[in-house]
Amino acid sequence: MDLNLTEDQETIREVFAAFFDGETGPVRARSAEPLGFDAAGWERLLETGAPGMGVAEAVGGGGASLADLAVVATEAGARIAPLPLVDHMVTARLLASLADPSACDDDVLAGSTIVGLAVRPATSGIARTVPNGAVAHRVVALDGDQLVIDQHIDLPLDAHLANHGCLPLAHRDLAEAAVLAVGPEAVAAHTQAVDEWRTLTAATLVGMAREALVLGVDYVKEREQFGRPVGSFQAVQHLLADLPGLIDGAHLLTAKAAWAGDRASAGIPGTLDVEANDVTDFPALAAMALVAAGEAAALATDRSLHVHGGYGFSEEYDIQLYYRRARALAFVLDDPARECRRLAGMFLATGDGRPPSSDHHDSPPANPETGSY
Amino acid sequence: MDFSLGERTEAFRAEVRAFLDEHLTADVIERMHASGTFNDKDFNGALAEAGLLAGAVPGYGDRDPIELYVLFNELEKAGAPYDGLAVTMLVAGVIHAVGTDFHHTEVLERLLTGQFNCCLGYSEPDHGSDVAAITTKAVRDGSEWVIDGQKMWTTMAHEADWVILLTRTNPDVPKHKGLTMFLVPMDLSGIEVQPVPTMASERTNATFYDGVRVGDEWRLGEVDGGWAVMGVALAYERGVMGGTNPAVPLLRHVRDWAAEVPSPDGGTMLDDPLLRERLARTAMANQVSQLLTLRAAWIAATGGLPGLEGSMAKLYATERYQQAVGWFQQMAGAEGLLSFGVDGAAANGWIDYDGRHSPVVTIYGGTTEINRNNVAERHLGLPRAH
Repeated sequence: MDLNLTEDQETIREVFAAFFDGETGPVRARSAEPLGFDAAGWERLLETGAPGMGVAEAVGGGGASLADLAVVATEAGARIAPLPLVDHMVTARLLASLADPSACDDDVLAGSTIVGLAVRPATSGIARTVPNGAVAHRVVALDGDQLVIDQHIDLPLDAHLANHGCLPLAHRDLAEAAVLAVGPEAVAAHTQAVDEWRTLTAATLVGMAREALVLGVDYVKEREQFGRPVGSFQAVQHLLADLPGLIDGAHLLTAKAAWAGDRASAGIPGTLDVEANDVTDFPALAAMALVAAGEAAALATDRSLHVHGGYGFSEEYDIQLYYRRARALAFVLDDPARECRRLAGMFLATGDGRPPSSDHHDSPPANPETGSY
Repeated sequence: MDFSLGERTEAFRAEVRAFLDEHLTADVIERMHASGTFNDKDFNGALAEAGLLAGAVPGYGDRDPIELYVLFNELEKAGAPYDGLAVTMLVAGVIHAVGTDFHHTEVLERLLTGQFNCCLGYSEPDHGSDVAAITTKAVRDGSEWVIDGQKMWTTMAHEADWVILLTRTNPDVPKHKGLTMFLVPMDLSGIEVQPVPTMASERTNATFYDGVRVGDEWRLGEVDGGWAVMGVALAYERGVMGGTNPAVPLLRHVRDWAAEVPSPDGGTMLDDPLLRERLARTAMANQVSQLLTLRAAWIAATGGLPGLEGSMAKLYATERYQQAVGWFQQMAGAEGLLSFGVDGAAANGWIDYDGRHSPVVTIYGGTTEINRNNVAERHLGLPRAH
């Protein structure tokens, strides 16, 4: 049990916090609207090695763990960096994990070729609303039982789908796409990548939530009404006081999901026993993390915007940038309610099928294979 | 970060689970709900015999706060009677931190047998959240103190051997500075316990102190230093010693109920999409509650004082529990209103039990509002509220 970042992660956190603070930040997020992509910022990001850092060293990457990448994603989220980093990192890892990893070439590792993931399965040969589809040179999608990658497209692509969160969404036609894998390997690779995407998107949302709270707290300390700071009113304080636990809880859950993901990749099986609240199963934790972080970011941005008064609704203040992105990012994969039902499917059989858990009401469940909470 | 418990803690948890498999019988649980006293001396004694109780005292022995958390979390998740034990062990921890040799010999060692209990004498009829304003007075008389006053919400007082009693010893200084804490044997003359029934199955008490004479050796901490002793007690109370996973047994009960009950829409209630969504949200909140509590324990284990983190865990866990109870009682319909032992009661009455119990969790052990004040002022750095 250790809830501190490792020394390496602390270094990663400092380096990327400084990078996103200096090189991107809300000013760039603003100027990158409506597309949601800062091309110059991406060029500078390449110098940090971030695009390939999550790829195994054997395939030429930096060998960083999912937990390391989550640290980077949270700092990117805190500065709402308009960079398709999470999508690129996840997709590069997917390509590198295939039996034939050659699609994860030097340009992908360097980030000069931007790759993206269609997080939802393609329909009728079209990958719809791909999260970074408007700025990725190549997109990987699951089309039926085939994992495919489309041909290199020169940017800029004029197919951007204008949206409230200014995400670089686009549909991508897979007609010319090349097949990477077929059958169980294809499905497994895509499933794993989407779970990693859930985890790192949750990490991004945690960063957004954290910074939204800072913006709100700073504002209510400065803003005066009735002759005193509005932050001295209990009604205002209590709106904000719910948030640290919510955000820290989502942060811990996301970190645990990343930890579970790294363990699963190392071949250590997880547990999914919700009746004893023992959960170390990566797919379950990834789903929980995305829902929890989406909820934390939605509430933090909502309350922070609210305590800004009318200014929070105006374009002038940064909180609206966070408010719009928090929702977009939390919903781009799916309705969180459906995500919850999918999670329920992991721990409940449909129509049940197994007997009730106890012969007397409160007998503790049998001790499962454990090792952690 | 590393979320594994480690070999030692894992072995300890296995020990606790094996103990529960053997000793947490249907009888124990039924006795607890029938009596309204969430304390069972036989059960506590068995815990002591199994060598698990010394580990339940914060700061005492060779168990660290994570193991303390593990013990109470396992008791809570299993639905065991642990309320009285938590209070008793909390007092044991306070004695360990600030008590004298006399307190160790007379009280702490006995508490570790599981056969003795303590209760908390902080709140009064007119002083709840503003506990530093209490008026129960202790006046020195030679080597003794004479105590007069009344306490409220002294849960377990009818079974307790000692009350940890917050008194006013100096009315002429700012309220926090004139308080003194005592450990008072409950069998002294002048103490009266009256039951206070509640809308849930648990009972609590009012206690009356009329010219109670207690020797100075029963004083805990310095004269007029009672607020510092309270600080120790509150740091242990919020978060680590149970109270943040009540929705774990709830989820289990609802799942069992849903698997058996036909849905008007076909199949069982376990096929109901909204119920499935809510079970998943509950499972998620249970994980978050556990992690926030574990963080508080981990901070304590690494030498910090997790008061604020405990507040955050309590705020989150109690509100999510209430939300879940509201969902499931509504979805159980009329059967969700039926109590233990009533024909057709949903989940054999457990849903009704949670419905009646849940309002108190955002009140006792520091109200939601007091915890929000803590977080607002001490974590967010907002000005003192108007």
